[in-house]
Amino acid sequence: MKKPEATQAVNVLTFRDRWQSYLKHPLSLMVWLIVHLAVILTAGVIILLVGYILVTGIPNLKPELFAWKFTTDNQSMMPALVNTVCMTILSLLMAVPVGVGAAIYLAEYAGRGNKLVKLVRLTAETLSGIPSIVYGLFGMMLFNIAFGWGYSMLAGCVTLAIMILPLVMRTTEEALLSVPDSYREGSFGLGVGKLRTVFRIILPSAMPGILAGIILAIGRIVGESAALIFTSGSGKENLQFGQTGNFFADLFAPLFQSTRTLSVHMYNLMSEGLHTQEAQATAVVLLILVIAINALSSFLAKKLTKGNENG
Amino acid sequence: MKNKLKETVMHVVFFLTACVSIAAVLIICVYLLGNGIPTIAEIGLENFFGITWKPSKDLYGIVPFIVGSIYVTAGAIVVGVPIGILCAVYLAYFCPKKLYKILNPAVRLMAGIPSIVYGFFGLMVIVPVIQQLAGTSGKGLLTASILLGIMILPTIIGTAEPALRAVPGSYYEGALALGATHERSTFSVVLPAAKSGVMSGVILGVGRAIGETMAVIMIAGNQTKMPGGLLDGLRTMTSNIVLEMGYSTGLHRRALIATGVVLFVFILIINICFSLIKRGDKAS
Repeated sequence: MKKPEATQAVNVLTFRDRWQSYLKHPLSLMVWLIVHLAVILTAGVIILLVGYILVTGIPNLKPELFAWKFTTDNQSMMPALVNTVCMTILSLLMAVPVGVGAAIYLAEYAGRGNKLVKLVRLTAETLSGIPSIVYGLFGMMLFNIAFGWGYSMLAGCVTLAIMILPLVMRTTEEALLSVPDSYREGSFGLGVGKLRTVFRIILPSAMPGILAGIILAIGRIVGESAALIFTSGSGKENLQFGQTGNFFADLFAPLFQSTRTLSVHMYNLMSEGLHTQEAQATAVVLLILVIAINALSSFLAKKLTKGNENG
Repeated sequence: MKNKLKETVMHVVFFLTACVSIAAVLIICVYLLGNGIPTIAEIGLENFFGITWKPSKDLYGIVPFIVGSIYVTAGAIVVGVPIGILCAVYLAYFCPKKLYKILNPAVRLMAGIPSIVYGFFGLMVIVPVIQQLAGTSGKGLLTASILLGIMILPTIIGTAEPALRAVPGSYYEGALALGATHERSTFSVVLPAAKSGVMSGVILGVGRAIGETMAVIMIAGNQTKMPGGLLDGLRTMTSNIVLEMGYSTGLHRRALIATGVVLFVFILIINICFSLIKRGDKAS
């Protein structure tokens, strides 16, 4: 069906128009080529990376790699997987309340031009720039040696919590700031106090953004290895509850056990040099985890923007 | 009355949580510098900033590792920055919408892949290729530069692309109206206007490259000598720490911590550059 004359766009360039323009401006043509070359290169690298890991790793995914207990025969990644989940939860339990609280202070309580806000932003930026190996060194010196915890899950978790704190803080603050001011005004106008407004009105509407940030933080924890090899060490065993009979001592015993996450597990497999196939399989599991985490995070972020457009 | 108390208490709680990051930075600074500086003094400046690292003979010269870190970072910049900026321009001004929906998550996936997986990829794919082409062991500056260049791509793209998009549309339209082609408008008008955002992306990438540990260990060769040519193996500050921390004791261990302190100082300098650029951006 032909479009009516009146609505036909007049500024559409046909391929021939463009080609003639490029012939007149050979430099532009070159730039066009270089830009596309760069993108094809990047896309190629991504495809090669993901493809290589999947193609070499999937045939090595054997059921004994998911056996509950680690032995030198099966090189099971199951204990590492369980540890990763436990350490992620524990680190989040420490970092999220602090990060969200700090973001609430920055976005809702601190006035404009507050000196403290600038200082907090500066320190958060500094924290996010510190390489993980420096966190590892710091954690080792403070928690493992000075506090006498030794290689322990707790030392690793506190180190990770400090590491992800700026990420949680920044994403939460952005999410809070994206909540329209009319929400606050409406709530205050109804006579609701500040605290109630924050918890009942602002936090719920910013929730998808906060969750997206937390999920990014999970991704960072799952991928971390340099900060952990000196803090939580590389224990291969399952988490063991204590046997002393004292309820609390038994419950907290795993905190002081040396544990490895999946990334550290992969590093150890590779540095031992004997278990390339197992390392390939672990890479697949890590990659799948990262893909799932990213998808979930962007899904939630999308939900946030959609919600605000409708509201 | 009760409500008011609750409000005040929570205000203080939020205030305290905001102070945690300040406290964390202070503790990290004090702890690292407090441990590092006495160690450097004990080893002696001349020894510590010498060129031989032989802990068995009490020689703790870390200059080869500092040079190694700088070389590797420079290599990553040469490989990663041009491609990263071009990709960011593509995503912001050339990309069809449908393709963007694939490329954007792909770039974010790249940012999320653990460095150990990158190291594995480098070891299994890039190292053999360099081995074939150059006839060396395949591990060295060139390999590390390529891999780190790939690793900093998502950092650069992720910062530069929003900066490019934030340039007012009138800049681009004005250039077009003056008769410039699409390419010329983006590269001579929009890109310079987004200069500071693009630069902060590059600096973040530099920070990531210099602090990268696990990937570099796998592919840089880790020789303790002064780095030579493109194909020679080298060792960075980060890999020195991880490689020897496991079995070190006494002064050797403290020397490794001091290496970390030097790295920390480098990062602080990079951070200061980053915030200066940001501040300059706001002033203009």
